[in-house]
Amino acid sequence: MYPDEFQYTKDHEWLRVDEDIATIGITDHAQKELGDIVYVELPKAGDPVAASESFGTVESVKAVSEVYSPVTGEVTAVNSKLQNQPELLNSDPHGSAWLVRVRLSDPKEIAKLMSAEEYEAYIREDKAH
Amino acid sequence: MAASEGCGSKHTALYAIHKAAGAKMTEFGGWEMPIEYAGITQEHLAVRNAAGIFDVSHMGEISVRGPRSLDLLQEITSNDVARLQDFQAQYTALMHPQGSAIDDCVVHRLGEDKYFICVNAANTGKDYDWIMAHNRVGAEVQNVSSEYSQLALQGPRAVEILGKVTDFDLASLRYYWCGDAQCCGVNGLLARTGYTGEDGFEFYFPPQDSERVWNTLLEAGRKEGLEPAGLGARNTLRLEAGYPLYGHELDEDTTLLEANLGWICKLDKGEFIGRSILQKQRQEGLRKKLVGFEMLEPGIARDGYAVWIDGESVGRVTSGSPAPFLKKNIGLAFVPPAAAEAGREMTIEIRTRQVRVRQVPLPFYKRPK
Repeated sequence: MYPDEFQYTKDHEWLRVDEDIATIGITDHAQKELGDIVYVELPKAGDPVAASESFGTVESVKAVSEVYSPVTGEVTAVNSKLQNQPELLNSDPHGSAWLVRVRLSDPKEIAKLMSAEEYEAYIREDKAH
Repeated sequence: MAASEGCGSKHTALYAIHKAAGAKMTEFGGWEMPIEYAGITQEHLAVRNAAGIFDVSHMGEISVRGPRSLDLLQEITSNDVARLQDFQAQYTALMHPQGSAIDDCVVHRLGEDKYFICVNAANTGKDYDWIMAHNRVGAEVQNVSSEYSQLALQGPRAVEILGKVTDFDLASLRYYWCGDAQCCGVNGLLARTGYTGEDGFEFYFPPQDSERVWNTLLEAGRKEGLEPAGLGARNTLRLEAGYPLYGHELDEDTTLLEANLGWICKLDKGEFIGRSILQKQRQEGLRKKLVGFEMLEPGIARDGYAVWIDGESVGRVTSGSPAPFLKKNIGLAFVPPAAAEAGREMTIEIRTRQVRVRQVPLPFYKRPK
């Protein structure tokens, strides 16, 4: 379910690093918690993002949720498909529904994120409470 | 992303069924309730196009009986209870002296001086205390909430589905009437009422029979497309239908007239709590007015967002959401009475953006006759 090549945050974002570019999305657990996603608000290419700070919002029918950046850097690409097809976040959160790509300014930040195994343990614990 | 769950909340008799069905649960009014099963959009459309079944056992029930019960209810509610015949129901409000609602509720007349009131879950204790505080006539008032489960069967195919599990003459049961009925082999009170904007029924019956009624109805409606629906769809359905939700459109600081509930204010029925304020407002005007709007640009207005007109913040959104059937984003907001006018454009502050909206007539959705 949770790809091994991704890193994860406690706020339920995932990140995949390819050299100095990180692709960021929300996890399958996050989309399930949100329910039917109907609207996504994202930054523009060139905007700065900072680790643990909100860079956008994902809205389901019932609620709006902030998305927090796992890393610091500059947005290099935004997934424009989500503007017209926000429901992709429900059907393919780890694939075609990525949110943004960011050029890392501090690759060391990645070390603080969770592995797939750690994240799965984290959401199991979350559910138990 | 963050999720929160209530702790120490009450459970309805169907809690285990909801969990087993994979429902997502949430705290509401002190109860842990199913917010969605297959998804709010799908459940919403099932109710508009076929039927949905809701566990609304969190709702409170208060029984008022005995001589002069009518006098008590006339004093504490805004609608005219004297107009009710046996087994007729009425939407009304328990009144605050400021012309606002302690709660909105449905009063069912079961016989002479025999009334059954369905109230909002979170307000049940407050309502009971309020009724008791005004009970100078010595009526027998009881909070009977724990004696009832309540299921709502709603949608254009509700009558067809319910007809399979009851001998009760549904064709003769008109909107806002009720009767003692056996459904799914269980005796209870069956009312042709609801909170979705569709035809449908609400059934009040002993909690120990909850699983039987729930399972029998779901099975009976399988071919018709009946789906279990949660509080999420209940909210989007009531919003499309333009119905107020206590704590959003209604509270103790909002008069019934301001919330467009003038139609349940029977000022000519005699004295009742809050009447003088309502009378004064009718003559002198309102402080604010509830209006419906639809978004003209992408974005969803949510409860609490500011409404702007001509560069000024003039009001607040009380409810806002996508409308799954109408396929647009809609909401309700309080604005100054002078600004309340269908067609007028305003903006709503969504985080850092001003998003254009247009006032539209209420309700947003009216079911085809």
